[in-house]
Amino acid sequence: MPANARVLKPIVFLTLSLPLGWLAYAIGQEFNEPGIALGADPGEAVVHFLGEWTIRLLLLTLCVSTVRRLIRAPAVIGYRRMIGLFAFSYAVMHMFSYIGFLAGFEWQVIRQDFVERAYITVSLGAVALLIPLALTSTRGWQRRLGRRWRQLHLLVYPAIALALVHLLWLTKDGYAEPLLYCAIFAGLMIERLADWRRRT
Amino acid sequence: MLIRKPDSIPSSEITPESTYVSRRHFVRDLSIGSVGLAASSIARANTLPLDEPLTPERIITSYNNFYEFGTDKGDPVRHAHQLTTAPWKVKVSGEVAKPGEYDYEDLVKGLTPEERIYRFRCVEAWSMVVPWTGIPLKALLQRLEPTGNAKYVEFTTLLRPSEMPGQRSLFTSIDWPYVEGLRLDEAYHPLSIMVVGLYGKLLPKQNGAPWRLIVPWKYGFKSIKSIVQIRFTEKKPKNTWNILAPHEYGFYANVNPAVSHPRWSQASERRLPTTLFNQNRIPTLAFNGYGEEVASLYAGMNLRRNF
Ligand code: HEM
Repeated sequence: MPANARVLKPIVFLTLSLPLGWLAYAIGQEFNEPGIALGADPGEAVVHFLGEWTIRLLLLTLCVSTVRRLIRAPAVIGYRRMIGLFAFSYAVMHMFSYIGFLAGFEWQVIRQDFVERAYITVSLGAVALLIPLALTSTRGWQRRLGRRWRQLHLLVYPAIALALVHLLWLTKDGYAEPLLYCAIFAGLMIERLADWRRRT
Repeated sequence: MLIRKPDSIPSSEITPESTYVSRRHFVRDLSIGSVGLAASSIARANTLPLDEPLTPERIITSYNNFYEFGTDKGDPVRHAHQLTTAPWKVKVSGEVAKPGEYDYEDLVKGLTPEERIYRFRCVEAWSMVVPWTGIPLKALLQRLEPTGNAKYVEFTTLLRPSEMPGQRSLFTSIDWPYVEGLRLDEAYHPLSIMVVGLYGKLLPKQNGAPWRLIVPWKYGFKSIKSIVQIRFTEKKPKNTWNILAPHEYGFYANVNPAVSHPRWSQASERRLPTTLFNQNRIPTLAFNGYGEEVASLYAGMNLRRNF
């Protein structure tokens, strides 16, 4: 590992942990006085907070290779796995925050939501697609799978697409944020298409 | 003080005297407000089911769906202070003997506000218990003398993008202003009120100042806020959420645990305030628990189709 990466990696790690640090602090505050940090409906606040960071980090993961190409900085690729794993962790925590803090571990409610609420069903698909990517993110699996590793990791695109559908379907009005995320995703895809056409 | 209890409210649902006395301050607050309601004329008809505590005022006034100010629950309390509520003109039109433009004060003057403690159930599957101060809607509407042709009443919220950031947004899919409607017999039901106060004070702007509808057996979106127009019609009026997503939101919108919504199961609700570790989930009651009073309005109707 190059010397600057040895310094930068922990910094990136800490930066990506900051939202969690804030959340831990806010939850601690909730023990002192309910509502003080997370408002009238703290469960919903936690679910929303983690959902927002999940989509941001998923899109940030896609930005890595784009940045590498656009500013010719090959070293940034070394951060992609960490960012991707953070995105996955936020997704899993987001899902469990729904199960625990919104559905209150009531399996009847959860089962019904999983099958009847289309916006939740598609989001489960998104997380399901991310699981093999997280499991095969190590260098060992990268070596073992070789060319197929790259193919497997193309699943990140349908995963994010499903996550965006989740977001659009759960939005009732005020489309600014979901459309911004969709626009960023579209921009990143266009850059990839352009790159692919250049290379073929 | 004049104290009146509508006959339709069972005495088991009346708040004990101690609660009543502790909230007397609202008489003073309302009488100094711009409405100028006479302190001596406020009647009380508390309808608090004894085992359901009031939702704290702080929560009722900071957790709101009022998309004119933004789609986040915290947006209304952040932005509603920009709203000017005086003077407040109200246009009355349609099948009515006394159409015209009225001052809001003139429309409520002489009508007796009552405190009503109602469950408030949002279609998003959360609920509150709220002490409203309001005037019976029937008294207000009859004052305008609807004609024999009037079958429905339509209400319209203020359209004022300069003070309502949600109406200025480029990314809203709502065709402002917000509109809602009731069948006239629903509007005349004794439980239907036009609200001017909350927790014994004048209605806060984020809750729909200066006046809003409350129809407690329907999902919250029927209870339209900051009303500037009342129109009596022969045909069923449109309502905003039904225009936006007709398969999700109907005209009637009666609270109904048996009819599921594509986004939320309606079988249960989270009664605010919740904490992280207690979602306070309780079963949702048909007609929000007011079935005994209102079910007869819908006798013979298929409530699954007319959701
Ligand atoms: C990659 C996966 C996912 C992403 C990127 C994601 C993202 C989001 C975002 C951005 C929000 C909106 C937050 C806001 O409005 O401020 C949200 C809300 C939500 N998500 Fe997810 N989500 C994902 C997976 C899931 C999963 C697996 C579940 C449950 C099984 C879930 C359940 C919810 C719920 C219940 C809400 C709140 C809906 C509401 O308030 O009406 N999400 N999600």
